[in-house]
Amino acid sequence: MGWQWFHQLGSPRWFYEKTSRWMPWIGAIALILLVVGAVWGLAYAPVDAKQGNSYRIIYIHVPAAFLALAGYYIMAIAGAVGIIWQMKLSYTVMRSAAPIGATLTFIALVTGAVWGKPTWGTWWVWDARITSMLILFFLYLGVMALQGAYQNQNTANKAGAILALVGTINIPIIYKSVDWWFTLHQPATLKLTGESSIDPSMAYPLLIMIAGFYGLYAWLLMHWTRMDILHSEQKTAWVKALVSSK
Amino acid sequence: MSNSQSLSATLLSVFRRDLVIAFRQRSDMLNPIVFFLMVVTMMPLGISPQASTLAQLAPGLLWVIALLACLLSLDGLFRTDYDDGTLEQLILSPQPLYFIVIIKALVHWLTTGLPLTLVAPLLGVLLALPSDGFIPLWLSLLLGTLTLSFVGAIGAALTVSLRKGGLLLSLIIMPLYVPVLIFGASTVRSAVEGIPYTGALAVLGMFCALALMLAPLAIVGALKMSVQE
Repeated sequence: MGWQWFHQLGSPRWFYEKTSRWMPWIGAIALILLVVGAVWGLAYAPVDAKQGNSYRIIYIHVPAAFLALAGYYIMAIAGAVGIIWQMKLSYTVMRSAAPIGATLTFIALVTGAVWGKPTWGTWWVWDARITSMLILFFLYLGVMALQGAYQNQNTANKAGAILALVGTINIPIIYKSVDWWFTLHQPATLKLTGESSIDPSMAYPLLIMIAGFYGLYAWLLMHWTRMDILHSEQKTAWVKALVSSK
Repeated sequence: MSNSQSLSATLLSVFRRDLVIAFRQRSDMLNPIVFFLMVVTMMPLGISPQASTLAQLAPGLLWVIALLACLLSLDGLFRTDYDDGTLEQLILSPQPLYFIVIIKALVHWLTTGLPLTLVAPLLGVLLALPSDGFIPLWLSLLLGTLTLSFVGAIGAALTVSLRKGGLLLSLIIMPLYVPVLIFGASTVRSAVEGIPYTGALAVLGMFCALALMLAPLAIVGALKMSVQE
């Protein structure tokens, strides 16, 4: 066995065929989690004492922000794997992760603004975490712009990967900025250690939504990667056979 | 003459060569400073000539403008070396590119960041910066611009093979400059407000040390990639 699976993973064709079987399952799990989490969170979770019903946007805002950050790491790790093992597939994953992550960051920013209006009375506040999400958005845009600027696909991949890796150094600083600045934003709601400041009846749907967003992210990433594979491998025999059989 | 130069001899010759080139093209060296001066002049015209208003904005303004001036000077960092093939020779040389790149970024700082730092207090006078802020401004820019040169060199190396890399370079590097800007401006601001500023300065020093160690790794990777293009 050993490392064989790892090298197989590098083959776009193997990836495409494997994920054809996984996609429906991941999609179904993500859909179930999202529906359960959304219905529970929006309809059955108790009303917040201070914020009323407006807090319910947390069920989209927090999972999107989670995945926006995690997505950057996924992109950077995929880029690093590409640089180290010269694996074409992982560059494809990196390319696909950038627009998905940028979209999630954008969703987190917009839902944050919508949430901020009733709670703080303003759409936009220059607070630490909002600002760092905006910078994360810029980092995504930078990686996408750099990749788009190169004609040569190989160079574009390497450039994007290096920039993504450099950007990861900024991510801990983004997290730390919460502590560094005096901030209007409420302190982190979910904590891995110690007591969460959110009631369990509100936290469970949130956790389900986060799991659902992870599933959705996985599905989207696979979908985009598969599309990219079909596009870049369009001259190979197996893709031609696949297309003509349908 | 032997074929294999020692590392220090190579670095010294790269250092001397880059400095000589910089001093022969003096206008390239002066442009960031002139830019700095011009944008500072725009500020009272655009905001308000009142000293009290300007004094409040001065720490942030000076830092933002210095940062932009640094950013504009980056595009030329590897450009001529890339165009005339020097870069390929440097990559092929038996000496580690890591150290050569450090020297090149250092010379960039000596010819842009350091002059900007030196004129900054003068521009502080124009923006009515309170007198407590001058030494912190000077110290924070000294550490900060060195960091900016090293981090910016990553962007310069990534975009050197693109014909029109200038704007793209700014786009990809500006988010990376954010931490330096925050702590640089807050050093000056806390000094003006009478709060101890050594903490923020120490963080700037940490950024500087990190950039000196880690940025050359990324620059080396990016330069090798650009030359293969």
